[in-house]
Amino acid sequence: MNAPYRMETQNLSVYYGKHPGVQNVSLAVHDKKITALIGPSGCGKTTFLRALNRMHDLNPIVRVEGKVLLDGEDIYAPGVDPVAVRRRVGMVFQRPTPFPTMSIFENVVAGLRLVGIRDRRRLFEAAERALKMAALWDEVKDRLDKPAVGLSGGQQQRLSIARALAVEPEVLLMDEPTSALDPISTQAIEDLLTTLKESVTIVIVTHNMQQAARVSDYTAFFLDGELIEFDRTEKLFTNPKDTRTEAYITGRFG
Amino acid sequence: MPNWLYQRLGDRLFSLSIVILASGVIVAALLVFWVLYRGSQEAFATFGFWGFLTGSRWDAVRGMFGAWPPLLGTLITSAAALFLAFFPALATALFVVEFSGGRLREVVAYLIDLLAALPSVVYGLWGIFVLVPVVRAYVELPLFSWAAAHAPGLLPLLGPPTGIGLLSAILVLALMIVPYASALARDALALVPQSQREAMYALGATRWEVIRRVVIPYARAGIFSGVVLALARALGETMAVTMLIGNSVNLPYTLFGPAATMASLIANEFTEAEQDLHLSALIAVGFVLLLIALLTNLVATWILGRMSHGEGRK
Amino acid sequence: MSLRRRYFRDRLMQLLVYLGTLVVLLPLFFILYYVFVQGIGALNLEFFTREPAPPGEAGGGMLPAIVGSLVVDLLALFFAAVFGIAAGILLAEYPDHPLNPFLRLVSDVMAGLPAILMGLVAFVLVVKPMGHFSGLSGAVALALIMVPIITRATEGVLKLIPWEITEAGLALGLPRWRVISSLVLPAARGGILTGLMLALARGAGEAAPLLFTAFGNPFLTLNPLEPMDTLPLKLYVYAISPYEDWHRQAWGAALILAAAIMLANYLARRATRTGGQPR
Repeated sequence: MNAPYRMETQNLSVYYGKHPGVQNVSLAVHDKKITALIGPSGCGKTTFLRALNRMHDLNPIVRVEGKVLLDGEDIYAPGVDPVAVRRRVGMVFQRPTPFPTMSIFENVVAGLRLVGIRDRRRLFEAAERALKMAALWDEVKDRLDKPAVGLSGGQQQRLSIARALAVEPEVLLMDEPTSALDPISTQAIEDLLTTLKESVTIVIVTHNMQQAARVSDYTAFFLDGELIEFDRTEKLFTNPKDTRTEAYITGRFG
Repeated sequence: MPNWLYQRLGDRLFSLSIVILASGVIVAALLVFWVLYRGSQEAFATFGFWGFLTGSRWDAVRGMFGAWPPLLGTLITSAAALFLAFFPALATALFVVEFSGGRLREVVAYLIDLLAALPSVVYGLWGIFVLVPVVRAYVELPLFSWAAAHAPGLLPLLGPPTGIGLLSAILVLALMIVPYASALARDALALVPQSQREAMYALGATRWEVIRRVVIPYARAGIFSGVVLALARALGETMAVTMLIGNSVNLPYTLFGPAATMASLIANEFTEAEQDLHLSALIAVGFVLLLIALLTNLVATWILGRMSHGEGRK
Repeated sequence: MSLRRRYFRDRLMQLLVYLGTLVVLLPLFFILYYVFVQGIGALNLEFFTREPAPPGEAGGGMLPAIVGSLVVDLLALFFAAVFGIAAGILLAEYPDHPLNPFLRLVSDVMAGLPAILMGLVAFVLVVKPMGHFSGLSGAVALALIMVPIITRATEGVLKLIPWEITEAGLALGLPRWRVISSLVLPAARGGILTGLMLALARGAGEAAPLLFTAFGNPFLTLNPLEPMDTLPLKLYVYAISPYEDWHRQAWGAALILAAAIMLANYLARRATRTGGQPR
């Protein structure tokens, strides 16, 4: 990687029609580290996250300004293909979304099939690798051709993670991945994140401050669409520079 | 009267009347089956059930009634119309749900629903005076002349290029069933959660790939039911087909020449029928039509059950 | 597979979808255009006020058919509403009643049956015993077609009424039947009326079931026990006739039918958009 950071935003703003969801955010995403985005509801953290893989392209009323650099190159530059970007920057959503008409195996390799990989062995190896990284392999290895919807909520979310990992992205974006899960499944996913970051750079949005403190290396605090503070996680939580950050993490609002 | 009596009596009377009236609906449906069944008995007794179904001569003068020609006509026209209608129906449904937004989407959806609501006789009227001349001039005559010059062996298959006949009937029928299939497919596609699409986009897919790999499979039950509803409509469609199909009850058919369907046969001959056997034969044709419609329903429900996917545990 | 090929396929499919839509919408415009252009010329005062002229003679109108349509369709709607609304109430308000699975099955099946079969049934049940054709038998045939539409619409809208309204009524001490008739049904009034309107629009366009029930009548009559004419029936007879003047009038009838149905559809859409909210 030539650039100083795996991803970087420069003066990023996102407008829903006239209304600014994210204003002028410049933030660095360090390679092979977990960056957490925290803040109260509506602060723009999810809007910001979705700008990182050009998901806003799907919404005609949304306008994105500024730059988002992936390995030093702006993904919003003219001529850049969003489909190619999304292969390098994957995403896991708040609710697990297994494709109901596909088996567990087919779900995991769905992204690989898109680029035309059909060789059964290659697909199987990729699926095994991805499922192991998502800490799901042992539980499903004997029923890969069973429908994906038969899994529990926590398993389905790990399946979604495996599916995103199968295409070997450089960055994985996670939008509140455990907020719909029970505490045990949440713990399982938090555990796998620490090993995951050795292979993938992770950006995670979470409304749960304790989760951010437990899991991440860097934390960004958002409020009303602006980036208030960004620092190493221990520093931000023990010695925040901005009073608003302090107010949030001590629970005075949220 | 005491309040509790007012309440109990009122409730009893009310629910009783509701139940009686609702049972009336069930009775009516059973009556439909019964009346058609009874009415066909004379014909079935005379020709045998299978004899009636497979008999290839329908001749009122001689008192011979074989339902195979109109049965075949129904099957051919419905199958051909469904074949022609499937892709346009899916295309319009996809256009409304996946390829358009806001005003355009509403307008196109409204237009499709309008097509579905137009009466059959209006389609037939338009068919006679607008479609038939066009089909005759631009399709049948050229094809006929070409065949006459280069492939005279094909001529018996093509038949007389008058415009009225199987081809026009199939075209109008296809046009009539598209909106049904389209509206149902549209409903099914609209039910696909946006999160499913986003998950596929996030893997790096183009719009078509999202539609083909996620949206359509997710909605396949609804799309299929749209197809079946369209088929059911095609099977029973009467007026436009009667006006365009030429009404000849003879086998074999030609592409351009006249034919008949079960519905068009009934429409044409019922008021003219004088002998009891003729009437019974026509009702028997109606009964067969009923059986086919019921069978289609049954098969559809069964396949729909196999196709539907669970949402999984939450 | 390369990105370029994937994008090519994406664009190609998009083109096919657009083309398919065009293939469907173009004939619609043609139909509406012709109906309007050909029909507007026929809609003069004579059309609305005179009886038909003898075959071959120019002039005359469709008064009997217009009046007949109103009589037969409204009569059918009345029959269908009584049974259909009751069926809808049973399905929605008494969901555990043992009759319901049969009712639902029967209603769904009837909805998909060819209309001409209803004409056959009405012929056997009404025309034969009476010994002659009648508007009444036509109304019976149309009612059989309308009932499933009304049932479905009534059940649908009743299910949308929030349980809180029923709860509130019961809490006030009202008996169940008063709650339904005085609270729930009025709240569902809009949706039920919309269902009736759609059923009426459907019945108004049917000709097949009337061919051997109402049969047609060149003379004006308000008596449903006599044969009656309706617009779709007249349209059919005139369309297949050899007389130019009758063709002209057929387009006029088509215009009236198309306009009425467009109106009904438009009103129904308006109603479902605003009427989805509980009052």
